[in-house]
Amino acid sequence: MTAQTDPQGKSWWHRNQMRAAPWLFLAPGIAFFALYVIAPIFQSFNISLYRWDGLGEARYIGMANYEQLLDDPAFYTSLRNNVKWLVLYLLAIPGGLFIALFLNQRVRGMRLYKSLFFFPFVISQVVVGLVFAWFYNPSIGLLNPILDLFGLGPMNVLGNPNTVTYGIIAAGLWPQIAYCMILYLTGLNAVDPEQVEAARLDGAKGWKMLWYVILPQLRPATFIALVVTVIGALRSFDMISVMTNGGPFGSSRVLAYYMFEVSLSEYGFRMGYGAAIAVVLFLIMLIYIAFFLWRMWREEREG
Amino acid sequence: MQSIFKGVVASLAMTTMLAGTASAELTGDLRIFFNDQNPAPKAAMEGMVERFQQMNPDLNIELTLIDREANKTQIRNYLTANAPDVNGWYAGNRMRPYVEAGLFEDVSDLWAGPMGEELASTRPALTLDGKQWGVPYSYYQWGIYFRQDIYNELGLTPATTWDEEKANCQAILDSGRKCYTIGTRFLWTAGGWFDYLNLRTHGYDFHMALTAGEVEWTDDRVRETFANWRELLDMGAFIDDHTAYSWQEAQPFMVNGEAAAYLMGNFVVAPMREAGLTDDQLGFYQFPEITPGIPKAEDAPTDILTIPAQAQNKDNARAFLLYVASAENQTIVNDTLGQLPINSNATVADDKFIQAGFEMLSNATGGIAQFFDRDAEAEMASAAMQGFQEFMVLPDNLDAILGRLEQVRQRLNAE
Repeated sequence: MTAQTDPQGKSWWHRNQMRAAPWLFLAPGIAFFALYVIAPIFQSFNISLYRWDGLGEARYIGMANYEQLLDDPAFYTSLRNNVKWLVLYLLAIPGGLFIALFLNQRVRGMRLYKSLFFFPFVISQVVVGLVFAWFYNPSIGLLNPILDLFGLGPMNVLGNPNTVTYGIIAAGLWPQIAYCMILYLTGLNAVDPEQVEAARLDGAKGWKMLWYVILPQLRPATFIALVVTVIGALRSFDMISVMTNGGPFGSSRVLAYYMFEVSLSEYGFRMGYGAAIAVVLFLIMLIYIAFFLWRMWREEREG
Repeated sequence: MQSIFKGVVASLAMTTMLAGTASAELTGDLRIFFNDQNPAPKAAMEGMVERFQQMNPDLNIELTLIDREANKTQIRNYLTANAPDVNGWYAGNRMRPYVEAGLFEDVSDLWAGPMGEELASTRPALTLDGKQWGVPYSYYQWGIYFRQDIYNELGLTPATTWDEEKANCQAILDSGRKCYTIGTRFLWTAGGWFDYLNLRTHGYDFHMALTAGEVEWTDDRVRETFANWRELLDMGAFIDDHTAYSWQEAQPFMVNGEAAAYLMGNFVVAPMREAGLTDDQLGFYQFPEITPGIPKAEDAPTDILTIPAQAQNKDNARAFLLYVASAENQTIVNDTLGQLPINSNATVADDKFIQAGFEMLSNATGGIAQFFDRDAEAEMASAAMQGFQEFMVLPDNLDAILGRLEQVRQRLNAE
């Protein structure tokens, strides 16, 4: 309005204040995002084309790092483990849901029980990893005496290439289930009691009630649980580092850990190769990120 | 002391400078990054710094202790940015990445002086590309630490040949114990076994050629070494589930008498004593002969101090390294560490194991190796030690393992 009536005498700032303000508020975020997230992505692409020990001169070698990845058995082991993580980690969602349903009752002291169930999520991943490593320890751990009670043989969970990844995933699920449980508990608070009432009058109960009445109302919670669980599965680095260092003989590595191992660990001096692994991991995550963005965009339009 | 001193200093200063002696006191700063926080190394390093400080009261010394494992990755950061004046590291090929990147200072000038003769035994380990890159302060022997009381009970004596070793092992197994404890979770312990089996099967020169990448991993001689290893594996000589343990976590098996021996470096003695083993219970013997007639070579890793190329106070750092190398200092430091001094004029501590190690290494006619991961290139070491661990669990995978290692070797040689 003012811009139309009085274009003279007003500075550019006054005329464009409304349009510029959001950008100004976003500017610090955009700047840091570009500097610490966007730029490194391109940097990684670039480094993956070089042979570089991180100290001396880098030498351009084109796609050689990627060619090498293709016949590197350790790469496929890591990729397979990444898939195992992604699939099995999703068990945290139904697990969290059922604990949430179980805890969603009015009983004396329920808050205490809820916080006990939530407790594992409060503990740092590193501590969870350590505790489980002790639990699995074949000489001093609790697992083998427990198995013994059921007449099952002793197990070396973290030292056996066939069981090690499952052992770490089980440790990771413990806090992740608690996280999903909290998400569902908040979701359950928002379930409309009138709808439940109406469904009950229509004779719905048990599984049918859960599937047709409760779950559709929990869709936002399910979506968030899915997002954080997938992110959690891809972030599995810390547990692996604490519990096994990727071993025994590399059988519990995931891509993120393998990348760290070849480029930054004690014996790792191959920045280019590490960057190539990072790029592959990025492309895999991109599929998921694209799905996520597409869904967000669709919901915005529908909303 | 200092106040009396200061009065005379002014008049003396001229004469000392004219006399040209190097005893002029140092001033300025000296920043030291030392790579061990464990009690004994910490005390040793702090003692070193304290004595050097007393000799140079006006020098401002700043000592930072870094965790041993953390230092292995942090070194890249501090050598390239904000470098200290002295830092702790390892001899052998583990210096190579930093030497090639020009991050270590060439200290050949120190080695050209009398220090070079006193430390002559480790000169090859400190030499890369014909120059010396650091100064050693300590080294320690590897060998088999065993339960003397268990051996006595079973009427055994430490083996000197491979057949005796296996016969002893069988007797130990028959008594319901394991022959050797080991924790391979961090891989390098398996590297120690490979070193000794390979050194005893084929000798020092072959071992060094292999770790230098000059011999194919699929070579029949390498297979012979693994065949000897396999004899022990097939007997069930090692404790079960060793992949789950660190070297420390493997100690209780020996302390509790479930395993009779441990192939380890001398640093294992201190925790064993702490765990309650007396010197009557704990013994030491040299790894036995496998191929008759091959001169015995030993693993004796050397710990060193280096000067980063980007150090600010290199003169002070050089003076400090000269002091570190001195016979007096090496005697004190290694007495604290429970290890062996390198300076030939230093005195070896009066300790059963240190004396045994000193005698063994003095007669190591075959040669002195550093250790698998210090002799081999970093990437080769990492791949190979994973292979050793896999072999110990799944010996039938040997062909696949060796094929993979050969692939790594060829790629490294091509690069």
